[in-house]
Amino acid sequence: MSPGLRRLIGLLRKEILQIWRDPSALAIAFVLPAALLLIFGYGVSLDARAVPLALVVQRPGALASSFTAGFDRSPFFRPRRYRTIQAAEQAMAAREVQGIVWLPSDFGRRAATGGNAPIGVLVNGVDANDARLIEGYVQQLWANWLTIRAEAAGGGAPLPLSVAARVRFNPAVSSRDYLVPGLIAVIMTLTGALLTALVIAREWERGTMEALMVTRVTLREILLAKLIPYFLLGMGGMAASVAIAVFLFAVPLHGSLWVLTAASALFMLAALGMGLLISGFARSQFVAGQIAIIATFLPAFILSGFVFDINSMPTAIRVITHVVAARYFVAILQSVFLAGNVWSVIVPNGLALAGMAAVFLGLARAIARKRLD
Amino acid sequence: MGGQVLALLIKELLAVLRDAKSRIVLIAPPLIQLLVFGYAATFDLNHVPVAIYDQDPSAASRDLVARFLGAPTFRLVAMLHSDRRIDALIDSRQVALVLVIDRRFTRDLLTGRPAPVQAIVDGRNSNTALLIEGYANAILTDFSLGWGAAHGQRAPPAVLDLRARYNPTLSSRWFIVPGIVALLTQVVTLLVVGLTVARERETGTFDQLLVTPMGPVAILLGKGLPGLLIGVFEASIIIAAAVWWFDVPLRGGLVPLYLGLFLFVVACTGIGLMISSLAATQQQALLGAFLFMVPSIILSGFATPIANMPGWVQDLTLLNPMRYFLVIVRGVFLEGSGVDALAGQYWPMGVMGVVTLAAAGWLFRRRVT
Amino acid sequence: MPAHTDPGRTDPVRDPKADPAAPVAAARVADAAPALRLEDVRRSFRTGARVVAAVDGITAGAARGAVTGLIGPDGAGKTTLMRLIAGLLRADAGRIAVLGIDVARDPLGVQARIGYMPQRFGLYEDLSVRENLDLYADLQGVAPDARAARYNELLHMTGLGPFTARMAGRLSGGMKQKLGLACTLVRPPELLLLDEPTVGVDPVSRRELWQIIDHLTGAAHMTVLFSTAYLDEAERCGSVLLLHEGRLLGHGPPGSFTAEMAGRSFTASASLARRRLQARLAALPGVIDAVIQGSRVRVVTATATPPDPAGLVAQAPDLTFTPVPPRFEDAFVARLRAQQTDRPPPPLPLAGEGRGEGGADRATPSPQPTPPSGRGGSGGREPNPLPDVISVRNLTRRFGAFVAVDDVSFTVARGEIFGLLGANGAGKSTTFRMLCGLLPASGGSLRVAGFDLRTAAAPARGRIGYMAQRFSLYGDLSVAQNLRFFASAYRLTGAHRRARIAWAEAEFALAPMREATARDLPLGFKQRLALACALMHAPDILFLDEPTSGVDPLARREFWHRINALAEAGVTVLVTTHFMEEAEYCDRLVIMAQGKVLAEGPPEAIKAGARTAAAPDPSMEDAFIAVIEAAAPPARAA
Repeated sequence: MSPGLRRLIGLLRKEILQIWRDPSALAIAFVLPAALLLIFGYGVSLDARAVPLALVVQRPGALASSFTAGFDRSPFFRPRRYRTIQAAEQAMAAREVQGIVWLPSDFGRRAATGGNAPIGVLVNGVDANDARLIEGYVQQLWANWLTIRAEAAGGGAPLPLSVAARVRFNPAVSSRDYLVPGLIAVIMTLTGALLTALVIAREWERGTMEALMVTRVTLREILLAKLIPYFLLGMGGMAASVAIAVFLFAVPLHGSLWVLTAASALFMLAALGMGLLISGFARSQFVAGQIAIIATFLPAFILSGFVFDINSMPTAIRVITHVVAARYFVAILQSVFLAGNVWSVIVPNGLALAGMAAVFLGLARAIARKRLD
Repeated sequence: MGGQVLALLIKELLAVLRDAKSRIVLIAPPLIQLLVFGYAATFDLNHVPVAIYDQDPSAASRDLVARFLGAPTFRLVAMLHSDRRIDALIDSRQVALVLVIDRRFTRDLLTGRPAPVQAIVDGRNSNTALLIEGYANAILTDFSLGWGAAHGQRAPPAVLDLRARYNPTLSSRWFIVPGIVALLTQVVTLLVVGLTVARERETGTFDQLLVTPMGPVAILLGKGLPGLLIGVFEASIIIAAAVWWFDVPLRGGLVPLYLGLFLFVVACTGIGLMISSLAATQQQALLGAFLFMVPSIILSGFATPIANMPGWVQDLTLLNPMRYFLVIVRGVFLEGSGVDALAGQYWPMGVMGVVTLAAAGWLFRRRVT
Repeated sequence: MPAHTDPGRTDPVRDPKADPAAPVAAARVADAAPALRLEDVRRSFRTGARVVAAVDGITAGAARGAVTGLIGPDGAGKTTLMRLIAGLLRADAGRIAVLGIDVARDPLGVQARIGYMPQRFGLYEDLSVRENLDLYADLQGVAPDARAARYNELLHMTGLGPFTARMAGRLSGGMKQKLGLACTLVRPPELLLLDEPTVGVDPVSRRELWQIIDHLTGAAHMTVLFSTAYLDEAERCGSVLLLHEGRLLGHGPPGSFTAEMAGRSFTASASLARRRLQARLAALPGVIDAVIQGSRVRVVTATATPPDPAGLVAQAPDLTFTPVPPRFEDAFVARLRAQQTDRPPPPLPLAGEGRGEGGADRATPSPQPTPPSGRGGSGGREPNPLPDVISVRNLTRRFGAFVAVDDVSFTVARGEIFGLLGANGAGKSTTFRMLCGLLPASGGSLRVAGFDLRTAAAPARGRIGYMAQRFSLYGDLSVAQNLRFFASAYRLTGAHRRARIAWAEAEFALAPMREATARDLPLGFKQRLALACALMHAPDILFLDEPTSGVDPLARREFWHRINALAEAGVTVLVTTHFMEEAEYCDRLVIMAQGKVLAEGPPEAIKAGARTAAAPDPSMEDAFIAVIEAAAPPARAA
């Protein structure tokens, strides 16, 4: 055995013993991702269900009933009936209902005569996203109602256009199915960077790094000895997260596990590389932890496209998202989970991840010195 | 005791403000976060890449296409001439929507049959998918009604008159930016208060403090007040930025806003002091603050509505002060709510403030005496 | 080693004719290159706006096969120099050759041939003794078949044989130190660098470490570079580099330092109380140093003539001076005094004559009469007419299953300086924290001025002053802001507050540094400021936790001078220290080890207990070792 290999194996053995004896690394690798995934998985949902909605029918009639019946059946709404528009508006001001659907007193008469009877739809626009989704649901109910009416009246198109919407990959349009894979990327960014940054900072704090430096060990051996065990640990955390996603949150996994594993490996290298880079600057666990949270977690959360659409961001910010490794991993994860092995997504994003891993690891190696200054 | 508390307060503020580095740490990250959040965290769709496969190039279809491309929401990536590339374009995420105008489009329109238009949406991001669908539907409906009216077809019995109260253009910035007031106020207050005792423990000055005639209450007050001042100050900067930089309307008065802000910062200070009295090192304090902050932000309604969460999680959010302050800050900004309309939000924070401060005091005494 | 005239005597730093290799040449063995050669080495660090020259132009060398001591107080540049030599830092200027290799050019080549033990021993605390050895054997490339024999040798040498399976984190300080040493010795290095290996280690372990080092340099012909802040260790080195504030104050065999002090050291004895005697002797012209040693006072003069006692005839007619052999510390003090003409020390109050403005001011909190003079003076403790200010009975503190303080009892009378002496982990800090009310006791009772400070009301705490380890100040605040804060914390208001702050600035000569940020102060100033803050409210009782660790001998003397004056004025002082020397200043002390009190009494009495035919005049350290060994006979033959 060459002395270099023996040194590496010695360091690896030390690292594994430490992981085994000090639960903090295991906690970061497994407990942290699991806890975050659970919090986010349960806490973050964009699917509006059973939205409280005020229905104001000023003059009840058959036509009005047939329209409001759609709301009663819809899983999206929990309608409450109010006699006057004023009462409904008060309820909205008191945040008891999110929106108002108002059939004025002349609704029946105008619908029967000239058509185009206006139905007032007023939504609380404070949460703009929610408001848009509610508007969309109302429009759908309205279109359905028109079709049913037309069929009942004996044929004839209710509207000149017939729109057939087809949603590829996530036909149930469940937000959890797309958020959870993205979350895995966000969480593993933090975990990966924390793992390496904290364990190296710990060696600095305890003075052991100083002792290591004055041996024959080379920098490459020190970095490899950190990278290999924490890579395996990080992949373990990744596997646990995927298991939670698939078995607890019932997110479908259409793509192959091999693609997922390969992409995760590339991403984990990039995240660990970022941790190594941080540890090049930060010599205390406190500072390393702070930098890891600020430099990895926040950008991954906001700029990865995991919840906020990158295309909609201003150009300057869109450019910045290209240096966020999580961005590429989010794209791969969402495709592999929901679409399958879509090579046109996997290959370019995978290459980008490989490039980022190479850059981070290369930078970490370049700024590392076998010195204290 | 007043003099001691004042001395401690001045000392804490000096410690934060004398050092250029900690001054920057206090000012720069919140402002950067404000800008990034304000610009990047948006649910509004812009420049959605679309492809259009018009199988029936005609005046009618051109009119429809023009309506799509006229909106800033959509950005044309490709005009297709066959259906071969449709799935590939969506799969590779080059486009999020493909609009297919059927061969029979004009003929059906003229003969009064439903003219088929197909919208194929990338569902990997379900929220975006729903929004795209909504936008597309609105344009198509608009077109339908216009065409029907122009060509003397029978009008539908009823049409929707959609309006949004408080945020007529449904800009998510109006939703997110006031939320940032709550978010950053919490982060800054927790960090200032949560780390202060731990920092003194680490440098050893805390023992020095404990052997002075200063009582635990005086120390707690002296440690909590700087967080309160800094939190309110920081929030004021962000409120100003929201109004003058991001042009979010401030419709309500400052009284209901600052009453809520004060109660919120008191509650955050109480939580920060609890973390402070439990943590022995700054690292533990940071971890404690992080462990509290992440769930508290996620489960506050900052980005996603509380109503969408499972029932037991919704019950959990009742313990989260940020939840209440978010309602207040958005209510005052956008809805112009007054104190009485928000009463239901004030008292829980007040209760939390009292409980957390009392708990901090108790924990503190237990560790100190 | 030939008698060596110190080349740096006229100007230790800049003399171009100083030949660093001179002592090396004498000890040079067959190897070609000297172990170490430093040529005008410089290295500075930036802290905030200030640039500190940690190593400021050092030219020196070290001989092979001997121990070279790197000696100086904290901030002298010892650790920086060690790291420069180990290739862990790069010099700003100058050249360092280790074993003939230029460190800047080939750090790996140097690191392959040296062993380095950093300050905290560089051990993995969650690895066992054996696993630590295995790791360093792997890293140093020791062949697997050679290990068993080498381990045996090392474990026998360090006495760690029975503990191979124990986690390093659960070893005592002394055992950690030996394990750290064993790890660096797994493959015998040509040059061994030990950075402050004896800090916080009990004297028994310290003595054992020196035995190991003597063995290494003797039988194994290893070269050792040993840094320390304990000046008494200088005399065990073959050659010494004396550092102060980054500069080389002297260089040569320890004998050359003491030789220049020949005929200048005396002990003075008189019937006068020792603290008063010490204060008066220190004020005599021609006296550059006067420290209390037992019941007598050790005096060092500027020239080789005994001091002229003319001015003291009235107070001490029976004053006699006995010549004693010089110590290394005398040489250090002499050099510092010579250097310090440009920086006069702050005015010192005369012991027994009040405390300047502070003494006059003290009427407010406690108008007790001044104790009869001479109390606590002459070593033996007289029957005490006054109630004990501090009383501790059967005090016990457990942390889980670990008993940190085990059934400790002692009392301290008013105006007494009382010491808690012991190594790190002996339980003295825990005892101290319980007395200050910072930690509850698990059992037993304690009373400070009649109160348990843990439950005492604020006024009781207003009567004590406290100076924490490492001179804990608010580093971000200026000197004036620190003073103002503590004045308010001690409930001083209005004119009284202003007067006390003015007193502190004048008394401790802090006025010129008023606006300086506390963190950037030199260590001596920090110590002064910390004491000023602790005395802001003129307390009756003063708690001092390791008050002089790391400061230079002059700052230490100045500090004790003040404490003596306070004690003379009736302030009770409780002090913890692991500095054996410092025990001499105490009126009485307890020696603690493993949570128990092993001995109690005046320093003279404790030293007398260790007197043997072989050692008729034992040092405090000898006494300490004797006490420890009497309590627990050594596990193995040394």
